[in-house]
Amino acid sequence: MKKTVATFKVEYLQILNEKGEVDKRLMPTLSNDDLKKMYRFMVLSRVFNDKILKLQRQGRLGTLASIRGQEAAQVGSAFALQSQDMVFPSFREHAVFITRGISMSGMILAFAGDERGQKIPEGSNNFMYSVPVGTHLLHAVGYAWGMKIRKKNAVAIVYFGDGATSEGDFHEALNFAGVFQAPVIFLNQNNQWAISLPRSRQSHAETLAQKAIAYGFEGIKVDGNDVFAMYKATKDALDKARKGGGPTYIEAYTYRMDDHTTADSAIRYRDQKEVDVWAKKDPIDRLQRFITKKRIWSKKDEDKLLAECSDLVEKAVAEAEKISPPNPKDMFTYMYAEPTSILQDEMKDLE
Amino acid sequence: MATMTMVQALNAALRSEMERDKNVILLGEDVGKDGGVFRVTEGLYDEFGSERVIDTPLSESGIVGSSIGLALAGFKPVAEIQFMGFDYPAFDQLISHVARIRSRSRGRYSCPLVVRMPSGGGVKALEHHSESTEALYLQAPGLKVVMPATPSDAKGLLAAAIRDPDPVIFLEPKKLYRSIKEDVKEENYLTPIGKARIVLSGKDVSLVSWGTMVHVCLEAAEALKAQRIETEVIDMRTLSPLDFGTVAASVKKTGRIVIVHEGQRSCGVGAEIAAWLAERSMTDLAAPIVRVTGWDVIYPLAKLENYYLPDSKRVLKAVEKVMRF
Repeated sequence: MKKTVATFKVEYLQILNEKGEVDKRLMPTLSNDDLKKMYRFMVLSRVFNDKILKLQRQGRLGTLASIRGQEAAQVGSAFALQSQDMVFPSFREHAVFITRGISMSGMILAFAGDERGQKIPEGSNNFMYSVPVGTHLLHAVGYAWGMKIRKKNAVAIVYFGDGATSEGDFHEALNFAGVFQAPVIFLNQNNQWAISLPRSRQSHAETLAQKAIAYGFEGIKVDGNDVFAMYKATKDALDKARKGGGPTYIEAYTYRMDDHTTADSAIRYRDQKEVDVWAKKDPIDRLQRFITKKRIWSKKDEDKLLAECSDLVEKAVAEAEKISPPNPKDMFTYMYAEPTSILQDEMKDLE
Repeated sequence: MATMTMVQALNAALRSEMERDKNVILLGEDVGKDGGVFRVTEGLYDEFGSERVIDTPLSESGIVGSSIGLALAGFKPVAEIQFMGFDYPAFDQLISHVARIRSRSRGRYSCPLVVRMPSGGGVKALEHHSESTEALYLQAPGLKVVMPATPSDAKGLLAAAIRDPDPVIFLEPKKLYRSIKEDVKEENYLTPIGKARIVLSGKDVSLVSWGTMVHVCLEAAEALKAQRIETEVIDMRTLSPLDFGTVAASVKKTGRIVIVHEGQRSCGVGAEIAAWLAERSMTDLAAPIVRVTGWDVIYPLAKLENYYLPDSKRVLKAVEKVMRF
């Protein structure tokens, strides 16, 4: 005997197309105020991103990753979260942090090489960005699982790229999430490049969303440059998780418009034509077309917003650069709750 | 007082800590219904339920990585890695995250978890089941590393590890799980982390060791009595941070030291103790520092195990060397 014992499907979600038109049947409930807020977060993130790239080139900041092109994937998903939800970001999530209220001056301080910039304010449910690729998925799973045990109404969301799906910890995290039905969202930004390797070198699977199926939960592929689709997919996953429905995998199909980091040169390995095609799918242009057509946004509003964002970013830079250098003793102070006698001796040696 | 093996003492510590603090949870492979392959968690599943004694998938990185999230959620996870030889998949989580969270968050977050691992050899186990790789963890500032040598210390140190605000790697010498019994206090008590213990006082030579090797040193000390050599035996108990003060004070008294450990010699924990003494206790030393350790080879299978592990004969030879100098 031979028969089909299981079949699966993977859905693709797009609500806002490149012309700035929405599919009304799928459009989530968002007030005009919400739309303007989302647009503001996206524009602010891009202004911030452009500024930190400039500062890096001037030698004022260290190596950093650009988020250009991924503003909808990040703002759309983060906008759906509630304050009690916990974010576990990777190192390319400045727009998530901005949407979550993390200070830009703190981020700049961290990029400048000062650990104090990494400190998340008390009461803010966000974790620090993770540099080792794919390892932080497990932290989100454990946290979400803890929320479930405690019967708290909080969901964890973890952001990672297409490259992370090749790591062993990716498997262990999705497996744990499925087994323990943890209220966690795997927000996979498939920006199609992991430094120089295209998505096809990470996996032969047709979609990355389908990986969730093997672990017994739902995966959905979403137009990652469509802020409404990102918002809706995340909101649906959050609602499901809060009702005890367990994990969801969201593949945000997007594009890394810039180099991997400021230490990279993508011209060595990728065709400019591909970048040009994606430039036409820009997430910010798309939302701008929509709100303009909706007559809730004017040229005047746009100019005002750009001036405001530029001002906020300049202030953040000034604030970060005003901070005096860290105390070298800080290296020792935060190793343990109480410094060991070995560290106390080494601290004296440093003097 | 109750007579206990180390397994029973560890079990008692877990039980009393779980009774004391509902945030203490156990997770690992076969720790639930089965009570752990060495039965350290026996009975706890029935007593505390499946939400506090959790059987996980076979997944070392998963166990430690999700424990980080649980710790951030306010739990006190006590994770079990079934054998120290299988900790490598979890190494990335321990080194890249567990050890660093307090520092890189500048104190905003911490990661107070305990990772228990049966370690060491001497039980004729399978390949990969006898490693004593504690030295690997000494290059990871941010972690604490503890290894008891007696049932009493096992109970007090495990309770202290669970209450510690920082992450603790808790190594359990599996050779000692059932081979020694001891009267252990029934009430709760804490054995401080970071403090070595003088097991035997003596003025002629210091023997410094931890885990199973403490008992090898005691056997050697007994034999040395006949030669009228008074041995001071020190059980380090904590390997990170090392209690150099106790070792230095002993060397000041005896002038002679032999360091004994199971792990390989090169860059082992003994090397760090020897280097520290060379830097700060030079004038107290009457003889060169000598190490008796596992050889710099792959831990052998059962038939050659006894040639690998230090025994009292090798310790006595080393003592003869330092006494003759």
